Amino acid sequence: MISLDDTDRALIRALAEDATQTAGALGRALGLSQPACWRRIKRLREANVFRESRLDVDTEALGFGVTVFLGVKLATKGRVSLEDFERAVSAIPEVQIVEHVLGLFDYRLRVVARDIPDFERVLRRRIMTLPGVGNLEANVLLSEERRAGPLDLI
Amino acid sequence: MLDDTDRRILRHYQAEPDIAASDLAERAGVTPSTLTRRLERLRDKGILRGLCGVINWQALGWEVEVSLRVTLDKTQPRAFDEFIAAAREVSEVMEIQTFLGQTDVRLAVIARDMAHYQQLYRKRLLTLPHINDIEALMHVARVKDTEALPL
Repeated sequence: MISLDDTDRALIRALAEDATQTAGALGRALGLSQPACWRRIKRLREANVFRESRLDVDTEALGFGVTVFLGVKLATKGRVSLEDFERAVSAIPEVQIVEHVLGLFDYRLRVVARDIPDFERVLRRRIMTLPGVGNLEANVLLSEERRAGPLDLI
Repeated sequence: MLDDTDRRILRHYQAEPDIAASDLAERAGVTPSTLTRRLERLRDKGILRGLCGVINWQALGWEVEVSLRVTLDKTQPRAFDEFIAAAREVSEVMEIQTFLGQTDVRLAVIARDMAHYQQLYRKRLLTLPHINDIEALMHVARVKDTEALPL
């Protein structure tokens, strides 16, 4: 596993906030030369420290006022393959996240919709018709905050 | 407010956030200068807030991911505020969401391994204030993960 020093940690933190920063600008902020900073970023990227970046957009301004987290329990395990369910649910454009989980539910979904009637349409026409879908629990997102994560512990 | 060109640009940009500007322009069928101008306008309007790096915690040795669904003791008027403030103090907490529904708050938590998670769960998470009930969903696999909106 990649070993990190304080400068690497500061770089990870800075890039997590704004992935568009150049090696020159980051180097100036951290007291590194542009090439030294570039080499460090290259090393981090080669160790897969970053996944694909996330475009931060105002979802409400773009017309998507409702986000719902859905817990899905499959009703007919064995009769319907997990692959069939996963393929079908992933093809729904309004479904942003599909996670296979263990616990009360089999899958955790994050669904966006324009408004509540639009969500109802997605739920009834797309999700409740998925192969093998059983119990559903819907929770409407009211607020969300993303934290930096345990950068102090790595 | 947004026209088809804006939407086309955002659609391609969302699908591939790390794309080079020249490739994005080509894919969206606009000139590089139009792209720059359009993106600038979207930023000015606050629609485009930025591009965030997403840390691959697994590559850093954090193997366990858990979704904790919490119901709070709503007889305590400050339950939400105090729970959330205390959850912010736990650096393994990656996301905090509040809901209208059966679940009040969700915490996305990561840990190095199951032993670390067990310790974290007992010492730092179960001790958070005003918990009525807590339920864990253990992450097995990420099947789809995109923040892309169906524009």
